[in-house]
Amino acid sequence: LFEGDIDEDTWERLEEALIMADVGAQTTAKVVGQLEQEATEGGLVGGEALSQRLTELLADIARTGDGRIDVSHGPTVIMTIGVNGTGKTTTIGKLAWHLQKELGLTVVLGAADTFRAAAVEQLEQWSVRAGCEIVKGPEGSDPGSVAFEAVKRGREIGADVVIVDTAGRLHNQDHLMEELAKIRRVIGKQLADAPHETLLTVDSTTGQNGLRQAQLFSQAVPVDGIVLTKLDGTAKGGIALAIAAETGIPVKLIGIGEALEDLRPFDADDFAAALLSRGD
Amino acid sequence: MFDALSEKLQATLADVRGRGTLTEDDIKKAMREIRLALLEADVNFKVVKEFTNTVRERCMGADIVGQLNPGQQVVKIVHEELEALMGGQSGDIVFSPRPPTVILMAGLQGSGKTTATAKLAKFLQKEHGSSVGVAACDVYRPAAVDQLVKVGGQVGATVYEQGTDRDPVDIARWALDQAKQDGKDVLIVDTSGRLHVDEKLMEELKNIRTAVRPHNILLVVDAMTGQDAVNVAEQFGAAVNFDGVIMSKLDGDARGGAALSVKAVTGKPILFASTGEKLDQFERFHPDRMAQRILGM
Ligand SMILES: Nc1nc2c(ncn2[C@@H]2O[C@H](COP(=O)(O)OP(=O)(O)OP(=O)(O)O)[C@@H](O)[C@H]2O)c(=O)[nH]1
Ligand SMILES: Nc1nc2c(ncn2[C@@H]2O[C@H](COP(=O)(O)OP(=O)(O)OP(=O)(O)O)[C@@H](O)[C@H]2O)c(=O)[nH]1
Ligand SMILES: [K+]
Ligand SMILES: [Mg+2]
Ligand SMILES: [Mg+2]
Repeated sequence: LFEGDIDEDTWERLEEALIMADVGAQTTAKVVGQLEQEATEGGLVGGEALSQRLTELLADIARTGDGRIDVSHGPTVIMTIGVNGTGKTTTIGKLAWHLQKELGLTVVLGAADTFRAAAVEQLEQWSVRAGCEIVKGPEGSDPGSVAFEAVKRGREIGADVVIVDTAGRLHNQDHLMEELAKIRRVIGKQLADAPHETLLTVDSTTGQNGLRQAQLFSQAVPVDGIVLTKLDGTAKGGIALAIAAETGIPVKLIGIGEALEDLRPFDADDFAAALLSRGD
Repeated sequence: MFDALSEKLQATLADVRGRGTLTEDDIKKAMREIRLALLEADVNFKVVKEFTNTVRERCMGADIVGQLNPGQQVVKIVHEELEALMGGQSGDIVFSPRPPTVILMAGLQGSGKTTATAKLAKFLQKEHGSSVGVAACDVYRPAAVDQLVKVGGQVGATVYEQGTDRDPVDIARWALDQAKQDGKDVLIVDTSGRLHVDEKLMEELKNIRTAVRPHNILLVVDAMTGQDAVNVAEQFGAAVNFDGVIMSKLDGDARGGAALSVKAVTGKPILFASTGEKLDQFERFHPDRMAQRILGM
């Protein structure tokens, strides 16, 4: 990116790379402006230094808040929310497997997507893979009551973690946003401070709309973290940078495939470096 | 149409409107506004670049500089160029003279293929009175077959499934035989989501194509997709040369610049818009409405 003389072209190339990574015009302008200023002030000399400083700047933006998930609530209740098809159910499957099989914790899943065709069957197959219990209701039943029963079951058997799946929904549909708030309230009736962790899945192929998603979902319910899914493709997930910059919600996990082990903690430095890497 | 763009541009040009003439600098400023609007709408960077270049050249060439009502002229040029980009040949499902007409669905994970399979079945039943079968060739994603059995059943299509133990290519071939025997007019083949860079699965898609020789290959693209849409479309195009696009989740508030970009880069028409989770929320795509939406500032 910073080969040859540093001139107008350099900044244009950098801008292009960031826009192509879905970082968005606004955040891109901020980053490029900052780097350009530091360069003209003479603090940064040579391509190496610029490149390093750029990655640092990007990582700093991406790194907001605490990226960890505390699972010591006995049981800790985790709820996943997000737009249709972004990877909620798959993330739950991977997370349950990690907690149950790798960390030796006891997990209960709540199949509170009672809306989408075969959503319950899908989560059920993941529960088998992860070796954990699942609580479900009939298709079309009230998602809140399924979530309630799942948390109740988790408490009964002394589970460490209860993970509640929800139906995909678009953030611009108010009644569906209100339904999320209701599910949350119902969970709170079973366990006072639950849910402890609400994770919003964002598909890394998402464009500028991802910021609206984060803003409107977090208006409906408090969002504790982002799961950036499908990073195994060619998309860089740059919208997560805009989300971090504008909302301060930390990215906590990333999805890098469809298999059990394809979930990772988010690493801001790796993410920043990958944002600018060309080709995959 | 384009009122919003018109307003925005007029505001940009407000300082010169009083004078009634435009300078080269004014046009540059207007191009910057258009560029930002398009990028904000997720139109591909390269497409935006070409677009603004064309518009700029036309603005200069048209001797707008120094003319009366130049703002109007700029808007008119943008309007025309955008229509040209979105419009062009509009397409339709190609029906085979020897049924069943085979339609192959492809796309990234979670883009909306299975839902669109059922929706398209319903659409063709209603619009063309077709009898439709759907084939369950996603053996990977948990409960993908169950999902198609349910949504296919809901729209009254015959669902051809063989569980998840057989090879998807074999299932596709078998489903085509069944559809022939059953005298179906149309067979829609649902496939698993795959990344355009997943060589093994892209190879599988080619093999399914060879097995069923589809008359239509449709790429399902999520309207919320960002800059990557062009990559995806180019690589699916290179692998199976799809015929058209279904844009899904257009009920959201994404501007949908991915649509414009896919059209601009591949030249393939967008045939249908999927606009909700209900199985009747599916319609023919209207480029003019989409152009308006993309610029709806
Ligand atoms: N390549 C890849 N695919 C993924 C990843 N995460 C999820 N998927 C796939 O994306 C598709 C959608 O995933 P789901 O988990 O069903 O998404 P969801 O958000 O639960 O979807 P709805 O419940 O329908 O809203 C499936 O085909 C998953 O296998 C990932 O990290 N990488
Ligand atoms: N709001 C909305 N949701 C949609 C639309 N089309 C599909 N969906 C939802 O998006 C999610 C994914 O849709 P699917 O049809 O399962 O997508 P797919 O491409 O078959 O997914 P995989 O098979 O996992 O790759 C589901 O929750 C659907 O209900 C649409 O037009 N609008
Ligand atoms: K990537
Ligand atoms: Mg789900
Ligand atoms: Mg599917």
